[in-house]
Amino acid sequence: MKKGTLKQILLITDGCSNEGEDPIAMAALAREQGITVNVIGVLDQYDSEDGHGLQEVEGIAQAGGGISQIVQTKQLAQTVQMVTKQAMTQTIKGVINRQLQDILGDGESVEDLPPEKRGKVMEVVDEVGETADLHVCILVDTSASMKNKLPTVRDALKDLSLSLSARMGENQFCLYLFPGKKKSVQKVISWTPQLDSIERTFDKISSHGITPTGPAIKEAVRGFDSVSRKRGFYDDGDEAYDDGPR
Amino acid sequence: MTGQDNLRFAPGTVVVGKWHRNRYQLVKWLGSGAQGTVYLARDGARSIAIKLAKDRASLISEVNVLKQFEKLQGDPLGPSLYDSDDWLIGGRTIGFCAMEYLDGVSLAEALKRKPFDWALVYMLQLLKQLKQLHETGYIFGDLKPENLILMHPGHSIRCLDFGGATRIGRSVREYTEFYDRGYWGLGSRRAEPSYDLFACVMILIYAATGKRMERLSTPQLQLRQLVKTQPRLIPFRRVMMNALNGSYTTADQMRQELLHDIMANQQNEPHVAKVRHSHRRQPASNHETWKSAWMAASVVISAYILFVIIYVM
Repeated sequence: MKKGTLKQILLITDGCSNEGEDPIAMAALAREQGITVNVIGVLDQYDSEDGHGLQEVEGIAQAGGGISQIVQTKQLAQTVQMVTKQAMTQTIKGVINRQLQDILGDGESVEDLPPEKRGKVMEVVDEVGETADLHVCILVDTSASMKNKLPTVRDALKDLSLSLSARMGENQFCLYLFPGKKKSVQKVISWTPQLDSIERTFDKISSHGITPTGPAIKEAVRGFDSVSRKRGFYDDGDEAYDDGPR
Repeated sequence: MTGQDNLRFAPGTVVVGKWHRNRYQLVKWLGSGAQGTVYLARDGARSIAIKLAKDRASLISEVNVLKQFEKLQGDPLGPSLYDSDDWLIGGRTIGFCAMEYLDGVSLAEALKRKPFDWALVYMLQLLKQLKQLHETGYIFGDLKPENLILMHPGHSIRCLDFGGATRIGRSVREYTEFYDRGYWGLGSRRAEPSYDLFACVMILIYAATGKRMERLSTPQLQLRQLVKTQPRLIPFRRVMMNALNGSYTTADQMRQELLHDIMANQQNEPHVAKVRHSHRRQPASNHETWKSAWMAASVVISAYILFVIIYVM
């Protein structure tokens, strides 16, 4: 299989959006362009599980072809890297499923193969997941209720960078915070292979009550153009893995 | 993939493979982990272990690894694999595998009950197993007491749960923070023999202190300090520092040096069970006791001074 690029948006939030475009629609828009949207809902032990917020978290991930997880703040680090890796596997499997369907006809997927053959397919999935390039745009909700969770978010992101840099493929990260100071979204780190320089990133955040999740996703999607363009001239086959909407 | 599957079934339930048509009767629930649930089951007359997977993809990877080990000679590293299949029940497809049932106590249980001497013996056994494993081109990955079992009888150690086993050179598939060198800022999550050897040190720390301590703001220093000051660990600090720093490239190097230090070490801890401390003092060793008390006191003081220098200044 040709070496390609996996594109993901990772959204870390603790509740409902209340401004701008519908985030679920924006996630679907991202997916149309070959970008998977994963969502991590962060709760404190004090947070009551507000049904509406959780519904949105799941809805965004579903529309964005990604994975959602609700976690307690202290489990964040392990969850972030697990969700990212699982979503990669899921995307790669999606691509392989489509190719299998071309060969075997409709309705056949990896899951329908006997265990021995599936084992061989999974080896290929692992191989691709280990060697493919990965671009992750991270969106962090910095609205007032997230404020005391931000140090943990920062550590979790450093940990994510550590996990992914152990892979053989290349990584690119960028980081957006929302709401931003003047705009609804603020880019704080542009595309970079390592996320170890984020110590002070969260220090000068002004917290508002608004949560413009939809606009943030849209902005993140635009952000992927800049990495493609930047890499375009030396990268001849910057082909995204895209399993398309199901 | 959202949410968690419920994998609890009543004893007596019969699991039928979709592809190989084998039938297994569940006897007893043995345990649940991040990846699935394990039952004691019956295959005709023999007892086996059945693992029902939460995520079929991860089970397949584990089965792939177990198959690799089947081809090896010598002491078995883990349970033998008998079957792997899918079970259709109530509209769901659950991936499962049937394995040899390893009867024994988990290392986590054993460490709670046995004195520290035993932890060292288990460690030598484990390092021997790891040497074999690494020679196959894999590391264990998620190495922790819960994933190791001491067989009845004879106390020989075996690895359970190869879900974290990763081909050398790749990124570690699964890990537990306390045993992960990345978490402590002492290395990458790339699969190398030294990744497992770091976890070995953490197992010894856990065995010596009886707990998984919290990570402080300077984790590297915290671990090095601990290894140098924990009375049970002091005799082995050289080996442990080397393993923390990733200086050993093979499990055998670490095993040789640990064995050497164990044999050289004079036992100065009185022979009592871990939980109950007897306060009888032997007159002959009075001098020794005072010496070690002074040692301990000076170590504590220097640790305190270091602490002050780092945090206050």
